[in-house]
Amino acid sequence: MILIKNAQIVNSIHDKNEKADILIVDDKIEKIGKDIEENPDKMIIIDASGKYVMPSFTDIHCHLREPGFEYKEDIKSGSRAALAGGFTTICCMPNTNPPVDNRAMVAYIKYRAKEVSPIEVLPVGAITKGLLGEELAEIGFMKEEGAIAISDDGKCVMNANIMRNALLYSKDFSIPVISHCEDTNLSEGGQINLGYVSTITGLRGIPREAESTIVARDILLAKETKAHLHITHVSTKESVRLIKMAKEWGVNVTADTCPHYISLTEEEVLGFNTNAKVNPPLRTQEDIEALIEGLKEGVIDCISTDHAPHHKDEKNVEFNLAASGTIGFETAFSVLFTYLVEKNEFELRKVVELLNQNPRKIIGLPPNVIKEGEKANLVIVDLKKKWEVKEENIMSKSKNSVFLGKLLTSYVETVIYNGKILKKDGVLNC
Amino acid sequence: MKHLLGLREISKEDIIKILNLAKDMKTILKSETKKTPHLQGYSVVTLFYENSTRTRTSFELAAKFMSANTTSISVQTSSVQKGESLLDTVKTLEALKTDVLIVRHSVSGVPHFIAKNCSFSVINAGDGMNEHPTQALLDMFTIRERLGTIEKLKIAIIGDILHSRVARSNIWGLSKFDNQITVFGPQTLIPPYIENFAYVASSLEEAVSGKDVVIDLRIQLERQKRGFITSKQEYYKFYGLNEDIMRYISGSTLIMHPGPVNRGVEISSEVMQLPNSTIDEQVTNGIAVRMAVLYLCTRKEGIYR
Repeated sequence: MILIKNAQIVNSIHDKNEKADILIVDDKIEKIGKDIEENPDKMIIIDASGKYVMPSFTDIHCHLREPGFEYKEDIKSGSRAALAGGFTTICCMPNTNPPVDNRAMVAYIKYRAKEVSPIEVLPVGAITKGLLGEELAEIGFMKEEGAIAISDDGKCVMNANIMRNALLYSKDFSIPVISHCEDTNLSEGGQINLGYVSTITGLRGIPREAESTIVARDILLAKETKAHLHITHVSTKESVRLIKMAKEWGVNVTADTCPHYISLTEEEVLGFNTNAKVNPPLRTQEDIEALIEGLKEGVIDCISTDHAPHHKDEKNVEFNLAASGTIGFETAFSVLFTYLVEKNEFELRKVVELLNQNPRKIIGLPPNVIKEGEKANLVIVDLKKKWEVKEENIMSKSKNSVFLGKLLTSYVETVIYNGKILKKDGVLNC
Repeated sequence: MKHLLGLREISKEDIIKILNLAKDMKTILKSETKKTPHLQGYSVVTLFYENSTRTRTSFELAAKFMSANTTSISVQTSSVQKGESLLDTVKTLEALKTDVLIVRHSVSGVPHFIAKNCSFSVINAGDGMNEHPTQALLDMFTIRERLGTIEKLKIAIIGDILHSRVARSNIWGLSKFDNQITVFGPQTLIPPYIENFAYVASSLEEAVSGKDVVIDLRIQLERQKRGFITSKQEYYKFYGLNEDIMRYISGSTLIMHPGPVNRGVEISSEVMQLPNSTIDEQVTNGIAVRMAVLYLCTRKEGIYR
């Protein structure tokens, strides 16, 4: 039994928010109420005075790198890093080696996760065999085995006919198609956003239209096929505008963006900082404002981390050779709080929607809610704690965070998943 | 000054210091012996990942005239061919007691990357599309020598601004001296936001008219295949410094070019031979400037090591 005392409960906008004690028995929330009786012999008592309790988070886009790239991350280290950030459900992308493009690979990820992960790991299958963009992967078999979505993430399905067929075919299996929107003819050779910083550093620029032209294409295809298109890691204002228009048209489209796209600009690259090399690239303040507006209006449905671990040797190289990506599990909540909630862009309960309710809805899972009778999946956060992102404190195997050296406010102190305390007072317990 | 990575990050005062010292170095170049002891005992290495005749030779001669031990690494016959990473090459050069590394690389930021990972001095001899600081310094030196000043001038830079490290270094360097800078080239070769740093002319005539200096840039002919330009002939007609355009350029306007020149593409042989063309002079001045840079990068607060 666990008793959380004096919890300021933050469910989403529509659910009940109150200050109360929470009694957890086995894996469920038994009771929420004022002054629940303490029994120190039979229960673990957590004093949450001054802290906030929220449903734990779900990430629909991350990279765990297993199999094939275990030197960067593996299912065990990645899921522990996710847990440290308050995530208890994560969806890993299929660009492993070999890629997750068949039922056996989906089964492998699920088996490994069951063996080594303290949290729920849900595999995303590939759209095309070998992620080559040429032939559809066995979407039905992968769904049957437990894949919750399909994506060729890391690569765009450049052939519009294949993408159209993927959308059509996915409907039979009620599985969302997660699109990495990047016209590779436009982005070829590019390293960072085409703009002010590319001009002053001489790094090759990627025009924003490399993203938005494919967003437009895929929206049109989704409109025609009536399939569920999910556009991931949206980074430009034009994409936001197109998605808004698509939603107004009634297209079955959802979208996510990542903490780094709503907090940092292309200027992070100045000084040739390879940790700031991400794909799509960091954009401008105007884009950040459009993305935040998109989140407020519900045009962008949720936040994903795009946690992309890379070994130090893959980042401490010439800029063009540096791998693209930043890790993101452990900073996601704090970045949202620091850059949005603290700056009064959002209420805290909106974050619950972005990190829990909406991502779960997109992949067909019921939301976690702090309510009597529900599973005890929750986090306790200290909203006042300030911390600097330092390599030595990162749980992920790779340390390539674009937020290294940044000062963040708020910290996920405790994580309870299915009634078990997996992180307590900042220390992992699994 | 430990490194020279670019002109964007160094001060106006440092630029003046280099140019003043280069003037002294030029007198050494004019002497019979062309030898000073300033770099005696120093190990100067050139590491060029791109082909180069003038910049590499200029640096090597500058180091030799100052009595340095010079080594030139040819990437074509080095361990790079065995797959050695740049970081490992840097560590090897450190173990080989390099004092100064002069590096050219096709990727922007490589000299910065090396400087972050080594204890020796790094001089940028051209990195990708980013900077070519010694080229801009020698341009500034030449302008000052010819016109007596590098302040409050009207300067046009013509050609491939997008890919040009020479253009960038010149813009960053010359902007520190209150000069009016104009750029012009095909729209495909004008980078975004350049208007924050220079006026973008709408025609070649407008770009060159009334200017004190016209810096013409080299065009890479492979740009045609990537859709930046259409043909050499068309480029010459609309963007080249040919006899037609000379009607808009006064006899006192300096005509500069970093070389090597594509004759009949970006500039005509006739224009190159005009008395106000400084193309050969720039090459000579390059040695003096590089001597000054090498000298300053090997001093600690002006005291011999």
